[in-house]
Amino acid sequence: MSTFFALLFWFATAVIVLGLAFKIRQYWVTPAPLKIPTTPAPTTQAGVVYRMAKEVIVFESLFKSNKWIWIFGWMFHMSLFLVLARHLRYFQDQPWFWVNIIQPFGKYAAFTMVIGLVGLFVRRIVVARVRYISAPSDYLMLIMLFFIGFSGLIMNYVSHVDIIAVKEFFNAWMGFSIGDFPVSVPLIVHLSLVALLLIVFPFSKLLHAPGVFFSPTRNQVDNPREKRHIAKWAAELENNSKG
Amino acid sequence: MADFETPELFKHIHVPKPVPGSMESSGPFIAKPDHQEALGFPHELVDNWEEKAVEEMGNTLQKYRGLRVFLDSCVKCGACTDKCHYYLGSADPKNMPVGRQDLLRSVYRKYHTPAGKFLSKLGLEWLIGAKSMTREVLDDWYNYYHQCSECRRCSVYCPYGIDTAEITMAARDIMDKIGHGQKYNNEIIGKVFKIGNNLGLPEPALADTLEGLEEDIEDETGVKVELPLDREGCEILLVTPSADFFAEPHVDGLMGYAKVFHEAGVTWTLSSKASEAANFGMFIGSYENMRKISLRIREAAIDLGVKRIVFGECGHAWRVAYSFLNTLAGPFDFLDQNYPIPQHICEFTHDLIQKDKLKFDPSENDWMTLTFHDSCNVARASRMGDKPGGQFTIPRDIIKKVCNNYVDMAADTIGEGTYCCGGGGGLLTDDLMAVRVKGAMPRMTALTNVVLEDGVTHMAAICAICKSQFSKVLPYYNMGMDMIVSVHQLVSNALILTGQNSEDENEAETAKESE
Repeated sequence: MSTFFALLFWFATAVIVLGLAFKIRQYWVTPAPLKIPTTPAPTTQAGVVYRMAKEVIVFESLFKSNKWIWIFGWMFHMSLFLVLARHLRYFQDQPWFWVNIIQPFGKYAAFTMVIGLVGLFVRRIVVARVRYISAPSDYLMLIMLFFIGFSGLIMNYVSHVDIIAVKEFFNAWMGFSIGDFPVSVPLIVHLSLVALLLIVFPFSKLLHAPGVFFSPTRNQVDNPREKRHIAKWAAELENNSKG
Repeated sequence: MADFETPELFKHIHVPKPVPGSMESSGPFIAKPDHQEALGFPHELVDNWEEKAVEEMGNTLQKYRGLRVFLDSCVKCGACTDKCHYYLGSADPKNMPVGRQDLLRSVYRKYHTPAGKFLSKLGLEWLIGAKSMTREVLDDWYNYYHQCSECRRCSVYCPYGIDTAEITMAARDIMDKIGHGQKYNNEIIGKVFKIGNNLGLPEPALADTLEGLEEDIEDETGVKVELPLDREGCEILLVTPSADFFAEPHVDGLMGYAKVFHEAGVTWTLSSKASEAANFGMFIGSYENMRKISLRIREAAIDLGVKRIVFGECGHAWRVAYSFLNTLAGPFDFLDQNYPIPQHICEFTHDLIQKDKLKFDPSENDWMTLTFHDSCNVARASRMGDKPGGQFTIPRDIIKKVCNNYVDMAADTIGEGTYCCGGGGGLLTDDLMAVRVKGAMPRMTALTNVVLEDGVTHMAAICAICKSQFSKVLPYYNMGMDMIVSVHQLVSNALILTGQNSEDENEAETAKESE
């Protein structure tokens, strides 16, 4: 079991790191040949940073769009962020002081995270328009995240797991050695699904996380009259047609 | 009237439950071989079109980051599902922005993503909604990618800024490249290359029309206002949609531009080579054709030796002019750098108003109560002036300067959330009448509300497509086709020309006194 989980996590980590690196590079090198910011758009780079920050932190466009999706979606993402930050302590000998500070918040965030997911799941079933656009993977993704959160809550409140042993296992794992895995059903469920999440990430719609930063309608400066924007392939097209 | 139902209007725009297949059809007329030929596309559906479509999709993905990011990023949250005017008017779920995107995304997933390729081998591609490129899929593409006006309303509300217009353009480009183009767009682009404008008006007809307009203005005002064509050495080249030469209310707008230029004391000219502002190359997502169309304007500006380029009232044209012209046909280092390149006629007029150089009698427009329709591509894909949002304030400032009675429609139906007229993006053709009428429902709802509540009699717009579309669809909603007016038609009505004949001045004065 110890060997299995150590190998699984090495594999899963490699997949998400390499997969995301590949996708980010792909987004980076593919040109955006035309200026297509959704206007009104900022006219300066600083303005774009501000627009993107609002998009990523408070989900501005989604807020404009639909309050139900916004409230469940934002609740889930912010909670997930807190929960992840809280988990840092399982990988640190001496957790950073802010990691210690957020521990209680991170624990409660697990509840709001699960509530957000349930809200999104119910919407997906109840609203006919959203049901129409949902593929099986859209439901499975929510179910996977739900059980990650749910198994975490179980370990916190129902069936405690030997957290010291988990920490020792992962500290050993980070040093590329295999420690003793404290076998418990909720932990097995929790970690198996997390590994699955890491593996699926770079191949699925979870790519919206890096994607949003590369979205030309959000990250472009509105200055086409002032500054000529030309992609490499478009410049080549120009030169060829002159020749 | 026709073999479709005009949507019923309610007080609020009503979001329908999805009715799958309600807009299923064989789509608009397919381009004939000679239409395809002129644009450099295969004459008809090529033999191995399935493979070719997948291959062309791959090429487009290499060239457009937006397409790749948009196809990957959608989480199917549903935020866009009630945002498209075509969905609201038709209830067909493939007209929901995400529904429309998924027609392409499902094929993308199958052939261009590792997950799709892997799951296909196991026969599990349905898990992620991946689909093979089949005739059924192509027919859906052709039908539903010609039910999108590329208005970008969905892109405002998407948390990742996914713009269905970009997907539609990519799909149309792929279809053109496998020999399955749309007649309306491709025939028109052919006319632009051959004759110079969308309507196919040759130089002598243009000259004749402009002469007639000069006479009209002189008859009305007693002032000789010129509308020059191909005159060399002028300061300004005006590029305007060819509808401005031809139809009401467009032509009244053109007379308005002429009067403004006259009062400004600048020399200007139209060009028979660039006698069209619209660029349908954008509608079909073809960078090459869009560039070729844009280069006419550059060439005309060089040939005529002008210093500035001004664009007339036209929505998608202004997008291409404002956002793309510098990219496609720049750099414009031979023009006067003290002015925006290019400049919108509203910016030009607004600037003169700011400097107090124009005299108006707004009471000339007192018989109307106006509202303003923000044209989609001006609102969400361009700007006017030097501040974000100038595209909303500048036309309204002009209207309020020349009209005493002005009311805005509901806030969520104007500005960045404006509803498209229903005829943009290459849909302004009679073979798509059902789509056009249904897609106009949200705008017609907002308009009907201000008609009933505020006594609005007319709606102004700054887009040739909006004007033509509204003239046609207003009657379906029991409103008069002449409700739609040009912004510069209002300017023209109120503008007092220097030396204008005294009869008019007297009239103006009595009107003022009676206030």
